[in-house]
Amino acid sequence: MIDTGDTAWMLIATGLVLFMTPGLAFFYGGMVRAKNVLGMLMQNFFAMGLMAILWVAIAFSLAFGNFGDGGVIGNLDFAWMRNITSDVGPEAFALTIPFVLFCAYQMTFAVITPALITGATADRFKFKAYAVFIALWLIVVYAPVAHWVFAGGWLAKLGALDFAGGAVVHINAGAAALAVILVLGRRHGWPREGMHPHSLPFTMLGTGILWFGWFGFNAGSALGSNGVAAQALMNTFLAASAGMLGWLIVEQIKEGKPTTLGAASGAVAGLVAITPCAGFVGGMSPIVIGLAAGVLCVLAIRLKFRFGYDDSLDVVGVHLVGGIIGGLLLGFFADADVNKLVTHEGVFLGGGFSLLWFQFVACAVTFAFSFVASFLLAKVIDRTIGLRVSEEDEAEGLDFSQHAETAYSYGSTGSMDRLN
Amino acid sequence: MGDPSTETKGYRGDMKLVTAIIKPHKVDDVKEALKAAGLRGMTVDEVKGFGRQGGKTEIYRGAEYVVDLLPKVRVETVVPDELADQVVELIVNAARTGKIGDGKVWITSVEKLIRIRTGEVGDDAV
Repeated sequence: MIDTGDTAWMLIATGLVLFMTPGLAFFYGGMVRAKNVLGMLMQNFFAMGLMAILWVAIAFSLAFGNFGDGGVIGNLDFAWMRNITSDVGPEAFALTIPFVLFCAYQMTFAVITPALITGATADRFKFKAYAVFIALWLIVVYAPVAHWVFAGGWLAKLGALDFAGGAVVHINAGAAALAVILVLGRRHGWPREGMHPHSLPFTMLGTGILWFGWFGFNAGSALGSNGVAAQALMNTFLAASAGMLGWLIVEQIKEGKPTTLGAASGAVAGLVAITPCAGFVGGMSPIVIGLAAGVLCVLAIRLKFRFGYDDSLDVVGVHLVGGIIGGLLLGFFADADVNKLVTHEGVFLGGGFSLLWFQFVACAVTFAFSFVASFLLAKVIDRTIGLRVSEEDEAEGLDFSQHAETAYSYGSTGSMDRLN
Repeated sequence: MGDPSTETKGYRGDMKLVTAIIKPHKVDDVKEALKAAGLRGMTVDEVKGFGRQGGKTEIYRGAEYVVDLLPKVRVETVVPDELADQVVELIVNAARTGKIGDGKVWITSVEKLIRIRTGEVGDDAV
């Protein structure tokens, strides 16, 4: 039966999550150099276009077909929006909202997950190659992992928990990001040249939008207007706050100055880590989880200098590492009093180590599958149409080389005039 | 607007270009000092550079970067020959902070000066 309260909330949650993609666009956009800001914005906005169409055409069906089969992939039952009705849909889904709304809500996740990769590949990804990559990635990588975890696939049947997509979204995208940058190579001049954010105000604004939208991402994953959603909202809020403080404290100790970029990154790290835990934990645990993410991620982002990979905007350091931290900490803090779906409680709740083991398997398998598949996809595209822009185009900037545009035309020297 | 004769004042080095590289936050002080002294023209632009000041070290995302091109402002004004030294002294006093990085002032000769609107040359164009 359709519950109007649940449906009202999920309609709003869908809007909140969709808003996160433009939020992400500006979060990243502010961090790149001015000559590349449109390139970054375009990649993120474009995902809103292409991923939505592919989602209803085929990817939703591949993710959510065969619901509850404990298997590895869906089917074509819902392809081209067949059987996606406005009633509660198939019984197996146990929905109290219209099935088409469920599809739309999941669609917002399918849009933002590939968009996360853009932060790592900043300033050098050829736009056409990016478009082809994310189109294939949605179908070959995202849909299967979503099936394993969100659609009662084999990881869910194993006993792994992931409330809103710590594995499906963050570990998945983080692993893919790492794979793609290994094929793409480093930016020219990295790490010697300083490539500083051109607009931290944009980044801060983007962070605010992400924090706000994340209430839809996490609390909306309750798929209903209820106590679990409320708990998820509170957890999300606290983890972001704690994440920010954790990052800032480390910055203060290590460098003597807390930065706005650090505050933004810390909040995001906390939000990433709480994502798998959001509707399964309670009490003060979100503060511990957020704090852990804030502290560990600020240390993790230095790994790129140690190992020499150019993760431009720290997608690996924040989303991959944050997602793993959250996924594993869930094995410690999962609480059946918060959510009846918790059959194995966390270590600290007296549930022993079973859940922690399932979480470890889920993290490891998601990482391995996404990394390998994304690496192969990137290699194939690189061998055919080429993944990376030319050196001249990179120097000129993506805005002009890929889109024939300039982001900021402040000159007063006549119409259509360019001074560089 | 007649034919300039080679004996007319305003040719062959009777004007000087005074150029100063100063700290950006001193632009207003220099501008006010020059206006108070009766000067009616100057050009200002933003530049980067270093002298003996060297640079600074920034930390971004845990990595250190040397910033040795520091923002400065270049002030230029064309003045009659007899005022050049006075203008230099005005600028030096207005722009000095006593801390490293205050900048430099120099004088070069101007061969010819023309006012675009009227075609006046030399001292009439200052």
